[in-house]
Amino acid sequence: MTDLTSMTIAEARTGLARKSFTALELTDAHLAAMEAARSLNAFVLETPDQARAMAGAVDAKIAKGEGGPLAGIPLGIKDLFATRDVRTTACSKILGNFVPPYESTVTSQLWRDGAVMLGKLNNDEFAMGSSNETSCFGPVVNPWRREGSNTALVPGGSSGGSASAVAALLCMGATATDTGGSIRQPAAFTATVGVKPTYGRCSRWGIVAFASSLDQAGPIARTNRDAAILLRSMAGHDPKDTTSVDRAVPDYEAAIGKSVKGMKIGIPREYRLDGMPAEIEKLWSEGAAWLKAAGAELVDVSLPHTKYALPAYYIVAPAEASSNLARYDGVRYGLRVPGRSIGELYENTRAAGFGDEVRRRVMIGTYVLSAGYYDAYYLRAQKVRTLIKRDFEECFASGVNAILTPATPSAAFGVGEKGGADPIEMYLNDIFTVTVNMAGLPGIAVPAGKDEQGLPLGLQLIGRPFDEETLFSLGEVVEQAAGRFTPPNWWGAKA
Amino acid sequence: MNASVKPAKLIKGQTGDWEVVIGLEVHAQVTSKSKLFSGASTEFGGEPNSHVSLVDAAMPGMLPVINEECVRQAVRTGLGLNAKINLRSVFDRKNYFYADSPQGYQISQYKSPVVGEGEVVVELGGGHTVTVGIERLHLEQDAGKLLHDQSPTMSCVDLNRCGVALMEIVSRPDIRDAEQAKAYVAKLRSILRYLGTCDGDMEKGSLRADVNVSVRKPGGPLGTRCEIKNMNSINFIGQAIEYEARRQIEIIEDGGIIEQETRLFDPDKVETRSMRSKEEAHDYRYFPDPDLLPLEFTQSYVDELRSQLPELPDQKKARFIGGFGLSPYDAGVLVAERESADFYEAVLAGLADKARDGKLAANWVINELFGRLNKEGRDIAASPVSAAQLAAIVDLIGEATISGKIAKDLFEIVWTEGGDPRALVEARGMKQVTDLGAIEKVIDDIIAANPDKVAQAKAKPQLAGWFVGQVMKSSGGKANPQAVNDLLKAKLGI
Amino acid sequence: MSVDAATVRRIAHLARIAVTEAEVPHLQGELNAMLAFVEQLSEVNVEGVEPMTSVTPMAMKKRGDVVNDGEIADDVVKNAPETQNHFFLVPKVVE
Ligand SMILES: [Mg+2]
Ligand SMILES: [Zn+2]
Repeated sequence: MTDLTSMTIAEARTGLARKSFTALELTDAHLAAMEAARSLNAFVLETPDQARAMAGAVDAKIAKGEGGPLAGIPLGIKDLFATRDVRTTACSKILGNFVPPYESTVTSQLWRDGAVMLGKLNNDEFAMGSSNETSCFGPVVNPWRREGSNTALVPGGSSGGSASAVAALLCMGATATDTGGSIRQPAAFTATVGVKPTYGRCSRWGIVAFASSLDQAGPIARTNRDAAILLRSMAGHDPKDTTSVDRAVPDYEAAIGKSVKGMKIGIPREYRLDGMPAEIEKLWSEGAAWLKAAGAELVDVSLPHTKYALPAYYIVAPAEASSNLARYDGVRYGLRVPGRSIGELYENTRAAGFGDEVRRRVMIGTYVLSAGYYDAYYLRAQKVRTLIKRDFEECFASGVNAILTPATPSAAFGVGEKGGADPIEMYLNDIFTVTVNMAGLPGIAVPAGKDEQGLPLGLQLIGRPFDEETLFSLGEVVEQAAGRFTPPNWWGAKA
Repeated sequence: MNASVKPAKLIKGQTGDWEVVIGLEVHAQVTSKSKLFSGASTEFGGEPNSHVSLVDAAMPGMLPVINEECVRQAVRTGLGLNAKINLRSVFDRKNYFYADSPQGYQISQYKSPVVGEGEVVVELGGGHTVTVGIERLHLEQDAGKLLHDQSPTMSCVDLNRCGVALMEIVSRPDIRDAEQAKAYVAKLRSILRYLGTCDGDMEKGSLRADVNVSVRKPGGPLGTRCEIKNMNSINFIGQAIEYEARRQIEIIEDGGIIEQETRLFDPDKVETRSMRSKEEAHDYRYFPDPDLLPLEFTQSYVDELRSQLPELPDQKKARFIGGFGLSPYDAGVLVAERESADFYEAVLAGLADKARDGKLAANWVINELFGRLNKEGRDIAASPVSAAQLAAIVDLIGEATISGKIAKDLFEIVWTEGGDPRALVEARGMKQVTDLGAIEKVIDDIIAANPDKVAQAKAKPQLAGWFVGQVMKSSGGKANPQAVNDLLKAKLGI
Repeated sequence: MSVDAATVRRIAHLARIAVTEAEVPHLQGELNAMLAFVEQLSEVNVEGVEPMTSVTPMAMKKRGDVVNDGEIADDVVKNAPETQNHFFLVPKVVE
């Protein structure tokens, strides 16, 4: 059954259509792989019974010729997505054993199209983190290791479980969310493809909110094509989310393999950081060369407000989070730590329920919104955001089709290595990805090479609003040039 | 307006007169079927947490979607308050923790409300008016409800009201005494009810007022204000202001200072007291709700709503005065409640000659009908005499088929037995006698029998009234009073 | 700008998160590190710049006034730590 888990979604789709194997067989192979990979801590909840029931039902449909576009494809779901009757925690103690009586719009569209849920994937608590170390279920381990080392590395975050599980062949694809880089950064750390769609492309309904104006769901998969297939099912207008856009969903897969000849690719000079590792520099120019070889034109561009994106993000995101997380109060669901008064109950519950990183961000968010500070912090940050967006608009208006940047300033690092003393050290991980969220643009991270220690590195492509198709076309060029990267299986023999 | 401005009632203290400065924040529940941001019912009551959606309960990942009807109602209300309608407004989050607020914030409008400045003209006694400025009207979510009597140690949280749309209508501090404040709320309520944007049911909490009260020496600088929260009766508002103003004056005159605070009115003790639990300083951390986009609509949307606005009390009052010669007082009584005005309009519609009898109809509606309804504690909706029946009675008087006195008997019959007034008059022989010969005979008999009275009347013509009474009495009230008068004058030579 | 210990306590209380005295200095350090980091925004000229309110420019869609939700009290209280007759229970609130 080993080869069943190493297929792409596109390959599995063909195999299922040809009846080379059943959806149940495909699901069972993945359930076995998950069981063998528990040391990665990618899943926080396995739902084998549900998975097999769903797969069986899909097989019956396939037999009648009614299988949807994702018929029988086993997926992992980030624990930020509410799944009906299946525990959903955002990997926070404060949600306890919350079992939603509802299903997020994005996941319900996946099930509509025939996908199978294998379980819930680990993430940073409330998606706050860049290493998946803030989860109340403990850190996720990256299936990649430095050559000749047994050091456990982080998969990035916050969608670390999604990235790790996809890279380790535990599921064929996964849902993820990206508020400041939480899809693209872990994708880069695990040699997977991660897509952060345009803000409003996917419904946020039923996804535990972190920062409403930045959060966006997207897929993590092993190829551009697979990511395109998943995004088509995940995207679409939802009347239950006012910020979702009423705009037809294109057939993203059709963009795979499309010529990029004549496209103008911007290389933003502000992304060339002081002290940037040489191998990142090298990767970036290699990527540019591949695109050029495919017929694209490279142009130097300037995005002058780039350096302000991260500090502005660390005002806007915590501010929104401080308000979004006010509902976790121990009254209607989740953890409750008693107190003599309602006030004490709130304070005890929230002190016990939130981890350090969440507490830190809720507090800074509370502070920047508080009386006398709003204008200096939040209002100013939202103005800076307008400037950041304007930079991109001017760049695109000059004819640039997409922008190429590194995805991360480094490869995956060790568990416990960063951010212990200084939270800012961890925040710098998102330096290349966060601008995209601030401007609401689509971005994709594509595996592009390895560093000297054999760890994967990714490139990021940033597109015009709602032009995910161009990103898939360009991503495919990189994928064809760079090849695919699969980590050696050290975590356990498969069943 | 100046000609009719009534001097504000000043309060006498030990150190002289004091002026009260009052501003109100009225929360009016928007008339809509579903909530402001969810599809749950707004129906009053219901089993605990039944009219609650997952959005109202603030489940993780739930998002608000605005109800277009609530927006429409807010705009219509703004138009009814002669206010500026803002084509772009923003929903903000007001952050605070309270057991009746599941999101941990209330979605409200802070910096950019949907409705800006307007004004309301408020009638006071004696033909005086006061114009109260409206600062703004914004849309926001109502909170849930806490029940404290179900358990000794716990409070029960019911979210049925949570998320119901409210319009918060903020007045300028243009109000100067309790009477004005009461009249302002009554007027506001009337406008809302005419518009159909709020049912105005204060007992059910559809209309509540927070009242800001401060005192100052007339013309002096503004004093520190106290806010009396959540009053749901116009009388309580008056009592609370009277009490609060005196309390503040006493403190100041005793050398104390007023602390800005939130107070509650206790209707049993008729006093206000400090809300200790809300003492801690608030910091609501308002910011634009990132789950919602700015609320935008076009001027043509507003114009369309304006063109469809019903006639409001001020316009209706002017029409009643101009069209039918009603006194401003009577017209004011009729338009104060939408139901009374509607009833009067229905009577008008049933009249054969509106121009001739419109004023008479108003007298009958106000004096006979309202008087009687009041006496029996009945609502106009439960009136045994319909508008059509009353119009028929007025018609009969106007066309001189019956006298006013007989009309009262007829009204009584219709009230208790029902029936078609015209048919009743016919069947029961209540028609007025206009046969001059018959009346003349009665007059002659009375003159003959009372020579002393005749002599008195000749000397003092006012005393002729006694003869009128006698004639009417012996005709069973059916003699035409005009004919009786004319004949008497001729016979008595006065 | 930087925060002192009293501000840390005030913020923690506003956020309704119990903080022990021992935690205050540590939190103070972290918050100040974050504030120092975002301080660089003050060098940006934002004069005349509109703050961002919606990242994707579009009109807000509105719902029709239809009752199509609610009447699910079982679901509403299903996950609650303490309930009674479909009410949520909280320690007595004094008003
Ligand atoms: Mg208010
Ligand atoms: Zn209010």
